[in-house]
Parts: sequence; C-alpha cells; structure tokens
Amino acid sequence: MLRVIEPGILTTIQDAGRWGYQQYGVPVSGAMDLFALRLANQLVGNPPDEAAIEVHSPMALQSDAPHLVALTGTAAQFAVDAHTMPTWMSVFVRAGATIEIAPRRGWCYLAIHGGIDVPRVLGSKSTYVRGGFGGLNGRALIAGDQIPIGAATVSDLVAAAGRAASEHARAFASRAGAIRVLLGPHADWFAPEAIAALTRTEFVITEQADRLGYRLRGDVLPRARRGELVSCGVPLGAIQVPPDGQPIVLMADHQTTGGYPIIATVIGADVPLVAQRALGERVQFAMVETEDRKPPAGF
Amino acid sequence: MNLRPEPRLLPAGDAAILIEFANEIDDAVNDRVHALAQHLRAQNRPEIRDLVPAYASLLVCYEPRRAAFAEMCAFLRAALAASQSARLPTPRLIEIPTAYGGEFGPDLAFIAQRSGLTEDAVVRLHTRVVYRVYFVGFAPGFAYLGTVPEPIAAPRLETPRLRVPAGSVGIAGRQTGIYPMDTPGGWRIIGRTARRLFDARRDPPTLLRAGDRVQFVAI
Repeated sequence: MLRVIEPGILTTIQDAGRWGYQQYGVPVSGAMDLFALRLANQLVGNPPDEAAIEVHSPMALQSDAPHLVALTGTAAQFAVDAHTMPTWMSVFVRAGATIEIAPRRGWCYLAIHGGIDVPRVLGSKSTYVRGGFGGLNGRALIAGDQIPIGAATVSDLVAAAGRAASEHARAFASRAGAIRVLLGPHADWFAPEAIAALTRTEFVITEQADRLGYRLRGDVLPRARRGELVSCGVPLGAIQVPPDGQPIVLMADHQTTGGYPIIATVIGADVPLVAQRALGERVQFAMVETEDRKPPAGF
Repeated sequence: MNLRPEPRLLPAGDAAILIEFANEIDDAVNDRVHALAQHLRAQNRPEIRDLVPAYASLLVCYEPRRAAFAEMCAFLRAALAASQSARLPTPRLIEIPTAYGGEFGPDLAFIAQRSGLTEDAVVRLHTRVVYRVYFVGFAPGFAYLGTVPEPIAAPRLETPRLRVPAGSVGIAGRQTGIYPMDTPGGWRIIGRTARRLFDARRDPPTLLRAGDRVQFVAI
C-alpha cells in the first residue's frame, strides 16, 4: 500500500490503455508516454503494460511496506526520505519511507513491483477522469488515498532489484529532433502548401495541452476543400486541423471520433516525444513512409 | 447513395487504417460500415486492437508489431469483398421513455416557435421516427441518431451550456441524441430520459450500440 500525502495535480493511475471499447465511445486513455511506462515496469520486474502512477506535478507518497520502485519519464527530482535517488533504475524503499517526485515538466511514471492492484474496468486499470471510471475510484489521486499494491515474492524482488535502463534506452527516450509523421488520412483536404508548411514550420506547444490533445501554434495549414468532413474514428497521434488552420495533436484521452480533417499522424514511437514537450517548446515534423516508421532495433 | 466504387484504405499513422466508404450520411453506406465491422469482429484477429465505426468509415486500429501495413491492407481488401453481400442481423429496437418540455426540455418552446408548431406537435414528430444509431462516439455511450424530420431540425446553441444533465434529449441540425453523462453541451434540449446510457461496470457498457434502432416514447 502507498498512501498519498501530497497528491499533486492530475496524478492518475495509467496502464497501456483500454483497448476494444472505442465503438462504445470509450477513449483508450493509458500512459501519455508509453515508452517510459513500459521501461518502468520492466525495471521492477512487472509485465510491461502493468499500471503505474503517472505524475505531472510535484507529489509525495508514503510506503507502508518495503517496495521495489522505479521512476522513468521526464526529468524529475526523486527523493526517498529526503535522499536523492537515481531514476531509470529500480530502487528499494523501506516501510514508512516518504517518496517525493517533482517533475519539471511533462510526465513521469512510478512503477511498483507487483503492480497496482485496482480492479480493471472494461479491461484496463487506466483512469479516465472525464468519464469517472478506472484507476482509483475513477479520479485523480487525492491526499489520504491508499493505493493497493499487488503481491510480491522475495525471489522476484531480488531478481529485479538494481536493474537500470541502458544509456541507449535513456537517450532514445529523450532524443531530440523532428517528430516523425505519416501523411493522412485526409491529406487530400489540404492545399500542397499546407503539407509543405507542416514539415517546414516550427510549431509551438500552447497552454491548451492536456491528456486529450496538444494544440500547436505556427503557420496556418490551409485547406484545399470546402465543406465538412463527416465524423470518423480518429487515432492516437492524429494531427487534426480545425478551420483556424492551427493543428491539434490527439493524445491518450482523445475522443474516439472527430470531424476535423487529419493532415498527418504521428507514429506511435514518437507520440511520447510530443507528450513530453511543454508549454512554449518547439515541435518540428518530418514526413516518413510506411517502411521507415519502425523504432530503431533493440526496442 | 454515393458509394465510392472502391472504398479507400487510408493510412492513419502506423497503427491504424481508415476505411472510407464515402463522405456523407447515408443509411446504405452506414450499413456497409457495420457489415464490415461485424465481419472483422467474427474473424477475431489478434493484431486488430479496436474498431471504430462512424457514419461512412471504419477505423481499424492494429498492432504494427504483429502486422505490416501492406499485410493489413491485403487482409482488409479481402474482408471488404467478403462482407459486401453480408446480411446484417435484424436491428434491436430500443425505446427511450422521455419527459418532454418544462424543466426537462428547456429548448422545446424554441423549436416549437421556430417551426410554427405547437410543442405537442414537435413531440409527435420527434417520437414518430424510428432512428438509426449511426455510431457511438464523442463521449462514452453517446449515440449519433438520425434523422429528425425537417420541420424540427434546429441549429446548435450559440453559447453551449456549461452543464447538460445526464439523460437530456437534444437536437442539433437533423441529428438527435441523448447525453449519457453530465457534460457541457450545445444541442437544443427538448426532454429527458431516466434510462442509463452508460455504465462502465457492464460489458458492453452502453445501452445503445451502432446499428440499433431507437424510438422515443413521450411520458
């Protein structure tokens, strides 16, 4: 059990998402940075898609028992009993320890060996705050919450203790450079200059950025067609363009359907890079083809 | 109906393909969408993670580590051919008992005034039609229903309400729908039902599903 001392803002329980229910209007949700979630779980010996605590602002927990934990994701101050601890590595915390996590921006993930023992709702432990279900009582964490942790065996704990992410993996998680996108599905709704502008422009993350989507500011992406698109299903990473020509990248809690044309879609491996960009930071897109969309070997 | 001769398979990132039959709201097109979704569900392929039917398209979300784009396209083209003549099951008909007007339907008077009808006549028109659930989207359990008779079609509110209570029955253009939970909303609200549209503890979690038929009953 972990007790929430200081909840922070928008701290939620997230796993790899609620798949199979979009036909009922239920968003997939799940971790904003799936790469960091999966690595955190591997470091503590959990299945990669297990739920972890997604942290977006300074928060603190108290551990009621010894636990093996790992923190990954955005750069954060991580302290146990006021001692700075390494991130991207599994570390033991003693019973009664205070765990403090303070990300500077973006999202980080605290995985705990044994996983988070909340019931699956529609197949997932992810919290969907707007719908009021999943996670712990369907909401962000509040002070006093008791987060149940799954059972651990000593041999499993010992096997995972001290695991650290490779330099390669850490460099991959925070790699700089352009965000890779595939053209479409609605590229033919846009003028050729819009497609050129999409990869030429340095867009800026605006204050309208949350778990649903990130609104960007930059050159206007003009449409070639008038009229309206009838609503269709929309994928994670879709770059929707409303009539004002300023793109929105759809993130984990995005609605299942939408009516704005999608000029291009961020590939799955690069969605975490968008997620970790903060207000005022820049985003540049690079067009790729279906063959070179795979992440580098080793992942 | 204006079906494309050949539905388009459009890449939607590296983990989804959008199958676009047309860009219009049409019952025959929507039937093709549901026939394909039904066919794909029956195939139960492990690489398919989710299906998102809409008016005239189906988004197929797949696991790119299990299937390449070209393989998925070949599979989907075969599924399109196989489902072309598939018969859809007889749709379910779901009745929605609705209290119209008054505090439950604050915009009923507006629609009556706009159409030159009495409030009772608006209700008669709204309850006369058997609506099709084109798809469920926007929010958990929100069914896009059509089509309302022309005289009672109505524009959205210019300023959406900050809170529309769960169960509210609204009209927007020629669409009608029921809010599954308390949310902000811009549809014209004409009534309210006590039926529960969404319950995350049930599986499937929604009262209304794509392809269902719906009839409102005044109470």
